[in-house]
Amino acid sequence: MTISSAPGLIDVASISKSFGNVRALHDVSMSVFSGEVHCLLGDNGAGKSTLIKVLSGVHPPDNGEMRIDGDPVRFGSPRDALRAGIATAYQDLAMIPLMSISRNFFLGNEPTAGWGPFRRFDVATADEITRVELNQMGIAIRDTSQPVGTLSGGERQSVAIARAVYFGARILILDEPTAALGVRQAGVVLRYIARAREQGLGVIFITHNVHHAWAIGNRFTLLSQGRSEGTYLKGETSREQISSLMAGGAALEELEHELGRDAPPSAASWPRPESDEGERPTPPLGD
Amino acid sequence: MSATNAATSEDRPLKQDDRLQQSSMFRRLLLRPEVGALAGAIALWAYFAIAAGDRGFLSWGGTASYLEVAAQLGILAIAVSLLMISGEFDLSIGSMIGAAGMIISILAVEYELNLWLAMLAALLVSIAVGFGNGLLVRLTRLPSFIITLATLFVIRGLTIAITRIVTGRTNVGDLDEAAGYASAQRLFDSKIMILGAGFPISIFWWIGLTALATWVLIRTPYGNWIFGSGGSEQAAHNVGVPVNRVKISLFIVTAVAAWLVAVIQVLALRGANVIQGEQREFYAIIAVVIGGTLLTGGYGSAIGAAIGALIYGMVQQGMIYVGIDSDWFQVFLGSMVLFAVLLNQFVRVRAMKVR
Repeated sequence: MTISSAPGLIDVASISKSFGNVRALHDVSMSVFSGEVHCLLGDNGAGKSTLIKVLSGVHPPDNGEMRIDGDPVRFGSPRDALRAGIATAYQDLAMIPLMSISRNFFLGNEPTAGWGPFRRFDVATADEITRVELNQMGIAIRDTSQPVGTLSGGERQSVAIARAVYFGARILILDEPTAALGVRQAGVVLRYIARAREQGLGVIFITHNVHHAWAIGNRFTLLSQGRSEGTYLKGETSREQISSLMAGGAALEELEHELGRDAPPSAASWPRPESDEGERPTPPLGD
Repeated sequence: MSATNAATSEDRPLKQDDRLQQSSMFRRLLLRPEVGALAGAIALWAYFAIAAGDRGFLSWGGTASYLEVAAQLGILAIAVSLLMISGEFDLSIGSMIGAAGMIISILAVEYELNLWLAMLAALLVSIAVGFGNGLLVRLTRLPSFIITLATLFVIRGLTIAITRIVTGRTNVGDLDEAAGYASAQRLFDSKIMILGAGFPISIFWWIGLTALATWVLIRTPYGNWIFGSGGSEQAAHNVGVPVNRVKISLFIVTAVAAWLVAVIQVLALRGANVIQGEQREFYAIIAVVIGGTLLTGGYGSAIGAAIGALIYGMVQQGMIYVGIDSDWFQVFLGSMVLFAVLLNQFVRVRAMKVR
């Protein structure tokens, strides 16, 4: 467990957050550095979503400190976090399906032309920038005025990443961007994450999939029941160790032993619940 | 890895562009929310032109008559469409029309205030009501349908009760004796002569406001926020859209639209009645839905709402020209809504699937 003492892009120190009686985060610390992918791992309900919501300004933390470039910050809203360079792409909420790609791309940051009451949303510029930016990320879009709903899940996540990069994000938070994707689509998204990293962004990557994490991650922080179980550098650990930690380590061995030979052969093909909705309390929306 | 990827992505779009050009144009057209309503309006106009063309439907006077009906509903409907695209409802506009009309009439007739001041007072009340509706909805997070259903009754009840306390009656007349009536009439209740027929000025208010709302919706950042707020409130909030401000401001817009309709009506009727505007909230929603706006928000158009109002006006007046008993009007409206919703659903699902 090595944590550099030099300030990262963002440092989180002893963050705690409770919702009523539920302690979602307890004394969690982590650092994200420029040009690194920091994987946030953990079971459903481990506090991953709460942690990224604190980082992206949706929930203020109860205790602890956040520093950007070593300077303490407090976010009152997602807008504050955006201004500080933290962009978040949520798994299911990254894009608005019925709106066009370029309208989604610029939602909340529309380019304008003209003056005074005639200041207008410069749709032509928005279309053009979106096309160019997506091409630079290697995303080939035929028509940026088509609704986002016509894109595949992987393409949507890719557009969200391209948007964050374009708007000067320095820290990119990706909430399970590969969860609902097939193998090829997930590969596409991982490639865009690599590109964002090459451009010097610090990426926080949340995933359940150890293969995705191992393929792209530089650092791995494991959360369990709201606490950090430690941060590991890629060179100091192995995929097997990460895999075992993610699966619950000793608890899984016990389970394996318990199920033993009595397990029916079809058990491996049982559908596993993927949803972690219960983990996310509806955040209060304030402007 | 990145080199090969760049090469393939440069090759791909060119080929696909040529191949998909036509289906893309067609899909884009189908994706316009107002297309279905426009087709419906043309078909209805053609029907009435054939069935009642010789009975005056096609004359300029006949045209003006259905446009006037359409205009008064259309002014409401375009405001409601913006609000509905942002994901909210306002049922209280019907009683807001009655309240605004009564405030104007009582202040100008009973208290002999200048009509312009009376109109200003009613405008301020409508802004306050819209703000109150919006604030209640955003603070409680309850569906706006239920909040504004409550305010619909509260406002109507207050209008009736206060009117009776102040005047002892439920209607106020003689508004044309108020100071400022002539100048107000010029702006809100005059007729503009075109080709020998008088076209009520409300038609031009309707067309102008439709153009303004359309421009705001598709050519301003605020318009983009309206779509975003209705499409996914959470996603819009996450990227920094001030969802509360967008929605509350649109509740104010619908209340002010109700005020404008009230002004046009009291000037035309030279007074007000407490039940004025009854059920207009439903007709406005009908026009908006016929115009292709999604009830759940995030998708729709102000032009569509204007066309929905045009259909309403054409059918209401057209049935008189054709000689169909007006009892059938509501049957037609209800069927039209059902048809429009099914058509929109079908078109949208198809359009989103075509890739």
